[in-house]
Amino acid sequence: MDILVLLKQTFDTEERITVENGKVKEDGVRFVINPYDEYAVEEAIRLKEEHDGTVTILSIGPSRTEEAIRTALAMGADEAVLADDESLFGDEYTAAKVLAAMVKVRNYDLIIGGNQAVDDGSGQVAVRLAEELGIPHISTLTKLEINGTEVVGHRDAEGDVEVVTATLPVLVTAQQGLNEPRYPSLIGIRKAGKKPLTHVTAADLRLSPEDLTARTEIVETYLPKPKEAGRILQGEMNDQVKELVHSLTNVEKVVG
Amino acid sequence: MNFELTKEQAMIQSAVREFAEAEIAPLAAQLDKESRFPIEVFQKMGKLGFLGLPIPEEYGGAGADNISYCLAVEEIGHACGGTGLSYEAHVSLACVPLLLYGTEAQKQTYLTPLASGEGIGSFGLTEPGAGSDAGGTRTTAVLDGDEWVINGNKIYITNGGYAKTVVLTAVTDKENRGISAFIVPTDTPGFSTSKPYDKMGMRASNTVELILENVRVPAENLLGPLNGGFKQFLSTLDGGRVAIAALAVGIARSAFETALGYAKQRHQFGQSISRFQAIQHKLANMAMHIDLARNAVFKAAWLKDQGKPYTLEASYAKLFASEMCTDTCNQAIQILGGNGYMKEYPVERHLRDAKLIEIGEGTSEIQRLVIARQLGC
Repeated sequence: MDILVLLKQTFDTEERITVENGKVKEDGVRFVINPYDEYAVEEAIRLKEEHDGTVTILSIGPSRTEEAIRTALAMGADEAVLADDESLFGDEYTAAKVLAAMVKVRNYDLIIGGNQAVDDGSGQVAVRLAEELGIPHISTLTKLEINGTEVVGHRDAEGDVEVVTATLPVLVTAQQGLNEPRYPSLIGIRKAGKKPLTHVTAADLRLSPEDLTARTEIVETYLPKPKEAGRILQGEMNDQVKELVHSLTNVEKVVG
Repeated sequence: MNFELTKEQAMIQSAVREFAEAEIAPLAAQLDKESRFPIEVFQKMGKLGFLGLPIPEEYGGAGADNISYCLAVEEIGHACGGTGLSYEAHVSLACVPLLLYGTEAQKQTYLTPLASGEGIGSFGLTEPGAGSDAGGTRTTAVLDGDEWVINGNKIYITNGGYAKTVVLTAVTDKENRGISAFIVPTDTPGFSTSKPYDKMGMRASNTVELILENVRVPAENLLGPLNGGFKQFLSTLDGGRVAIAALAVGIARSAFETALGYAKQRHQFGQSISRFQAIQHKLANMAMHIDLARNAVFKAAWLKDQGKPYTLEASYAKLFASEMCTDTCNQAIQILGGNGYMKEYPVERHLRDAKLIEIGEGTSEIQRLVIARQLGC
């Protein structure tokens, strides 16, 4: 079984985020494999161990992404392709176009991505890619079974489980709970340095300027307001309710 | 000159750190309290290739360099001193002599299982009458047909109670004080171990007495040349000194981080105590000493990786790092004040762990002697 894994390098979730000049500051920040993508890597390696085949990591991002890719290779993936040409960076729309171009030149039975990236959290790229490729997808999986070409996926549907069946080739995305990612072995780390990592550019992928034009624009980046102490309402219950509704509509303006 | 870790060294450091923080650090206080050797942690480390990190791949290891190995020891020691000590003893004192002096057959039979994590190794040198003075060794090995018959006692032996294989020294030529090294599988009849010692620190590390009563091992279990044991363990201890210095750096870093975090949180006289110069000077000294000790470790490990002489630098690193570690942990307790003296905080454990490193694998006095001799005194 040939498996492609979509991997993004993101901030370590324990990092403190600071915004400077309207941008998230990256200096001195520790980057990791997007945690949802780490489930995807683990699932792919487990399927490879069970069914044989290959695991190829596909990634878009700056050259520092190599660190995350090497970790995935150390965990047991076989090879990787990184689109680190800046002209390939855009939004979810362009990411799906770029990944589709990377996918189309290879054989695959299964594509696994994370349910979302912990940095921008759109949850769109993988499912857009399935659309681009014209293959079915099952998102937010907590369990995946493959028998021959039959795929059974258990989806986390807002707390319930939805069981979806499909036939290979299919794209799936990983939700927390799908598996427990392994630690890369130290022997794996040493071998990872020798595994093939190919870099691709816009020219290699033959994408048109149209494909690479982002459809969204970031207007402003800001941090959420620091949490303030809560207020406990006093008095008669009727008055408390009135005050609460008034506050929510007119002061906090969270109810329209 | 380049102080940057290679990509591979940085990845090994980060992988070991991640493992140690998640799998070892949460256990450290309990392991210390119960004086329990975390065998389950060693099984996990074995599967991940930790136990043969600097051993070549053909003998089941990961084939990494000594700098990577020292980074790993520092990270494991940072999580738990005793676990770090057991790890270091397994690699530096059991695996390395097998690698350096073993025949091809001995390496295949005894090193591969240890390096690949199937079993834990141990090194038996110290005896009731032989510590710094290895000449006081009383354990004997006598050739009887095609077997060596070993009799004697070894004390303060790290990992002894859990070891699959022990490398130990015994007198083979009484008149000329000839000492040789032997490979002893611990399931050999006549081999037994005492109850673990009740130690001041390093309590997660298993330390026992080895009792050898007519232990018979095949003639081919002689490790290295006959009567060459003295030279062998001196060079084994050189390598161990670099690694145990890395352990001291790890423990000191842990104590320092606790002290720094505490100093920023703790308020007295209306401000955090980290704003007081008295505390700032302590923290500045601690941070500086840790960095200098780590540089000494890296230099000695680098020399070893380059195949250059490193006896002097190994002693510098071990001596400076161990004394620095005790001092840093002591200062950490001082910064935490009454809290530092309580078992609720980890720094009193760090100090108890630290003290061992001034004693084990060559006391501070022996390190100064080694340095003085290297200076031609």
